[in-house]
Amino acid sequence: MIEVQDVGFTYPSGVEALRGVAFTVNNGEFIAIMGQNGAGKTTLVKHFNGLLKPSIGRVLVDGIETKKTSVASLAKKVGFVFQNPDHQLFSETVEEEIAFALKNFGFEEETIKKRVTWALSFLELKKYRKTSPFMLSGGERKRVALASVLAWNPEILILDEPTIGQDYKQKEKLRQFILQMQTQEKTIVIVTHDVEFVAECNPRVLLMTEGRIVADGQGKNILANPEVLAKSSVVPPQVVQIFSRLNELELPKNVIDLYEAKDLLLKKLEKRLR
Amino acid sequence: MVIIETKNLSYTYPGGTKPSLNDVSIKIKAGEFALITGSSGSRKTTICRCFNGLIPHFYKGELEGEIRVADKDTTKHPTFEMAKEVGLVFQNPENQLFALSIEKDVAFGLENLGVPREKMRQRVDWALKLAGIYDLRERSPHEISGGQQQRVAIAAVLAMQPKIIVLDEPTSFLDPLSAKKIFEVIHDLNRKLGITVVLVEHRLDLTAKYADHIIIMDKGRVCQDGNPRTILGAESTRLIGVGIPKATLLFQMLAKDGLKLGSVVPLSSDEIAQSLLEAIKPHD
Repeated sequence: MIEVQDVGFTYPSGVEALRGVAFTVNNGEFIAIMGQNGAGKTTLVKHFNGLLKPSIGRVLVDGIETKKTSVASLAKKVGFVFQNPDHQLFSETVEEEIAFALKNFGFEEETIKKRVTWALSFLELKKYRKTSPFMLSGGERKRVALASVLAWNPEILILDEPTIGQDYKQKEKLRQFILQMQTQEKTIVIVTHDVEFVAECNPRVLLMTEGRIVADGQGKNILANPEVLAKSSVVPPQVVQIFSRLNELELPKNVIDLYEAKDLLLKKLEKRLR
Repeated sequence: MVIIETKNLSYTYPGGTKPSLNDVSIKIKAGEFALITGSSGSRKTTICRCFNGLIPHFYKGELEGEIRVADKDTTKHPTFEMAKEVGLVFQNPENQLFALSIEKDVAFGLENLGVPREKMRQRVDWALKLAGIYDLRERSPHEISGGQQQRVAIAAVLAMQPKIIVLDEPTSFLDPLSAKKIFEVIHDLNRKLGITVVLVEHRLDLTAKYADHIIIMDKGRVCQDGNPRTILGAESTRLIGVGIPKATLLFQMLAKDGLKLGSVVPLSSDEIAQSLLEAIKPHD
């Protein structure tokens, strides 16, 4: 569980990045944080593993106050994948990159081997086992960063822009993985601009603007509300855009799923066309 | 007129055991808005590096086949010469920003070309305003967010007003509204100034509607090349794992269930909404 209690954060430069942020993430929850550039999304999630400590208020991770513990001790519990993979990759080979944290956490040789192989095959990186991460494409490097964190199986997973550079197939895999994590009561927080990905997953959505949370609710309620989205520079998903142009059909307002949209349209149009 | 042409182009990075590009033959016409997409690791970035000569001049390696860009054989002209013709916006903006202020970064290319001071001032301000970062011009490019850095990289290329702009996932760090605005700016430059645009993107929901031409890559090869409506409307394209726009998918799904919305495959919400409204109009 992550408890964010009236958190404010000001960078040394004087920029006030978070103002009065308060919410709770329960175990097994899947949350997407969305909002305009500079709204404080990355600053907020950096508080979840203690990389940043609040200037005002408290952040508790499983009851432990982040100010009173180290990033190292939180790391095993909270895995963090950065927006830009180049900020976290440094090893000579993909395999070493993925094994690095496992070694640091003191896992046994046998376990490390198994975990690394699992992560490589899950993220379709097996053929790059002995390749330098810096020889890979942008999307592939992003998956190496993801693999290096998934390998140690943290309780809480923070993914900053996980879908950047990923094709549709990879995104679908990520979605399936997140669903699987949820059945194991793991907590997933993503920061993303990928409206269509969020529409496909329908998680709890937190919208941020200027260091504050301006909306908090189920994806289908938030993403289908153009006025709220506009405040955070988020464009509605395509299904919502289409429905909003079809007022005369009197379709329900909170549809973000493509299949649901198709069924509703067929029902409406069958009557009209007959 | 063809402005970018490759014939049987193959390329292997130094130390690579397999070619990254394999027998690529494409033609992009002057004034086109071409969209390159394909699976992750399909070597979209690699082909972009060929367009301005970074391959082979900077990356070295083995290049076979032919490539001509703006009437020049890129293997025979150094990158600084190609830079006048082709502006490249990198996937990771940090890789191309280096000056102490945003303004200087945007002016750098023009300084190198020896553009007169007054003209440079105008072009830099024009580009900063188009990219929506005029107010940030005196800040350091290293203390702004990833999304803002992407705008700087775009402004730096716009200021050069090249014949061709190649953009490699240029808005991946930008919020959806900013991304939409940037794509509108690029589309505008394409339509009004006739600049040829080559855009690498996975998110076709946002971009397919602008494209005149789509090229789909897979494992270093071109697997589809042609009209966006024909290609994105084909069942086989969906099966390659390309992120077909939701509007196009909805059109296909409705057709499968017996509701045909005309013969033009929609690429945007507006287009499919229009077709749906037509369908419910009372017939005479």
